[in-house]
Amino acid sequence: MPGLVPGIHALIDNKQDVDGRDKPGHDGDQSKLRTGPILDRRIAADLRQWQGARVLELIFTSTLNGVLFGMLLFLMASGLTVIFSMLGVLNFAHASFYMLGAFFGYQVSRWIGFWPALVIAPLAARVLGAGVERYGLRNVHRNGHVAELLFTFGLAFVIEETVQMIWGKAPVDYRVPQLLDFPAFSVFSTNYPAYKVFMLAVAVAIFAALLIGIKRTRIGMIVQAALTHPHMVGHLGHNVGRIFMLVFGLGTALAAVAGVIAGPALVTQSNMAALLGPILFVVVVVGGLGSLPGAFIASLLIGLLQTFAVAINVSLASLFGPLAAGHGPSLLTDVWNVSVAQIAPVLPYLLLVLILIFRPMGLLGTRET
Amino acid sequence: MRKLIATLLLALPLAGGVARAEDTVKIGYIDPLSGGGASVGEIGLKHFQLLADQQNAKGGILGKKVEIVPLDNKTNPQESLIQAQKAIDAGVRYLTQGNGSAVGAALSDFVTKYNERNPGHEVLYFNYAAVDPVLTNDKCSFWHFRWDANSDIKMEALTNYIKTAPGVKKIYLINQDYSFGESVRTQARKMLAAKRPDIQIVGDELHPLLKVTDFAPYIAKIKASGADSVITGNWGQDFALLLKAAADAGLKVNWYTYYAGGTGGPTAIKQANLDHQVFAITEGSPNLGTPAAVEFEKAFRAKFDVTVFYPRAVNEMRMLALAAEKAKSVEPLKVAEALEGMQYEVLDGGTGVMRKDDHQFFQPMYIASFGERSEKEPFDEEKTGWGWRPVAKIDTAQTMLPTTCKMERP
Repeated sequence: MPGLVPGIHALIDNKQDVDGRDKPGHDGDQSKLRTGPILDRRIAADLRQWQGARVLELIFTSTLNGVLFGMLLFLMASGLTVIFSMLGVLNFAHASFYMLGAFFGYQVSRWIGFWPALVIAPLAARVLGAGVERYGLRNVHRNGHVAELLFTFGLAFVIEETVQMIWGKAPVDYRVPQLLDFPAFSVFSTNYPAYKVFMLAVAVAIFAALLIGIKRTRIGMIVQAALTHPHMVGHLGHNVGRIFMLVFGLGTALAAVAGVIAGPALVTQSNMAALLGPILFVVVVVGGLGSLPGAFIASLLIGLLQTFAVAINVSLASLFGPLAAGHGPSLLTDVWNVSVAQIAPVLPYLLLVLILIFRPMGLLGTRET
Repeated sequence: MRKLIATLLLALPLAGGVARAEDTVKIGYIDPLSGGGASVGEIGLKHFQLLADQQNAKGGILGKKVEIVPLDNKTNPQESLIQAQKAIDAGVRYLTQGNGSAVGAALSDFVTKYNERNPGHEVLYFNYAAVDPVLTNDKCSFWHFRWDANSDIKMEALTNYIKTAPGVKKIYLINQDYSFGESVRTQARKMLAAKRPDIQIVGDELHPLLKVTDFAPYIAKIKASGADSVITGNWGQDFALLLKAAADAGLKVNWYTYYAGGTGGPTAIKQANLDHQVFAITEGSPNLGTPAAVEFEKAFRAKFDVTVFYPRAVNEMRMLALAAEKAKSVEPLKVAEALEGMQYEVLDGGTGVMRKDDHQFFQPMYIASFGERSEKEPFDEEKTGWGWRPVAKIDTAQTMLPTTCKMERP
């Protein structure tokens, strides 16, 4: 910087306390390294090995983080995809129930603790969801799909505004429970918080329960049948309306579970639904409509895709070398120098577009979107 | 009896509390009051509200009551312009904003155009925190005044400090993906290359602004890079969540920051147990012990139970009052002329000056680290028990960077 004399006065009486900065560095032994070709080669090999460990560490933690985010997505997407295939309507308010779950969880955990909240908040969301289906959607249904779509769209805004009115617009202080506030294990000197392990465990448990419920129980079979042949199921004497209500309630409860457990780890605030909502639709479309295994695979895929994309620094410039020196700043240089990490947030939507073009029924879907 | 009725009749309109437009100086506060920037925007608003109250207790500005009009811009430039227009329609002649240089640039441009079209009804834009250097350089405007040191000045100070820290060998840059973050990383690279060519930049990251809710993937990357220090211009939740993720992963590095003092920042630092390993560059700190600053700090904490984050807001509002008194008018044009070149004893001590050439305010800057307190540091942050300890001071003269501004005056 021209024209500026570096002028800085360390405040004398604090001087000796400043060296905290030297603690964590890797500045120990460099000076002792002496040259000589053989030693140099050995140092280079050590360095490669060390870097190899770093890369392994990055891959390991990225995989864990990706799977975790994927499982959270799945908790929400599973409900959404089943509701979608049953009612034929994309529920725009689904992510709002995730948000409600987080805020209910926050409120209940302030009153009586986190563990009761983990049960009560999803139940409350379930009652609310069932009510929305019974008194809202079912009435709107008569006016066709567009009306239903608009209904859920409006509902999302109503919920967001209501949450803002009750809890305010700033993030609330939703903490990880004391019991789980410690590092569970550490790999390559990186700690992995116990709470995240807990989140993963809850998500896996729910996935297993859901799979068994749908594949092995009588009610699961009726739900499956109602997905494809609602009229036939109705003629057989089952109350299809009640099944719909049940499934809608269950779907919102699952989203709320995701909210309760994600709230402390991420940020609980009134825009959390808007942040996550669009990704859910990507999961549902990529996985295939009404397909639970599809939603599972797509959730993991997108979770990993987002986490790994952040970790990759590759750009066109690093692959093919920088552009000719005469090239001034232009659109091309921008595109050339942008790294995968920078476009990470866009990648899921790119996937959405590609899937819709090349495989409209999704990965495991059976009918077109 | 008649006298009593007359008094009552006279007092009645006052009791209504509705001051007429010409009797008030309305200041439009345009900043995020919802979304990811809300935590920062709310705190800023509290500063201006207390300052307005204090000014009103002293009789206002030239006998006129000061009123703060809060407007939520959701950290969005378009929304800010809508809010600015709304404010102007409601009789606001002074706008103030701080969060987001993209918003700052849009507002500066808007105010300049508005004033061209509406001579005699000018509006001033007081910028208390948008630090993109361009606002007082290539895109400078007569109607824009900045009280915060711009990003280049802050980076100059931080890198000068890093120059004295031999332990720093590998630096990781992580910043928000917009004009300000871009300017932090380019300046950091440039200045480090000049002052400490031995330092290796092991990572240079831009992430989406106020949208990331889990920084774990980024922390994993910092860890993998082997960095011993991180430089970040992150603010608001982007700083708090970054540190929270670092705490979770047990990442132990030194942090050289612009805004570690923001809401949630100190809590996250304490959680990460980074005792005096997080440094921030500011224009003041409660633990400097300047009597005026201590007094304001106490009043602010007593009223809102949070820390003074913007000593510059105090300078801004008090200088506005002084300028109006000097100009004997609250007309924005006259106030702007009075502000140009104005010298002022800043809240944390020392003389600051509003440079006429580019409307950038220059003031002494400090670097402070956050951690365990000694008896000299009475104030802690966010009830963590830890507080800021000033470690370096940069005089006003040494912050005077040259400008490329060619100011067009009315």
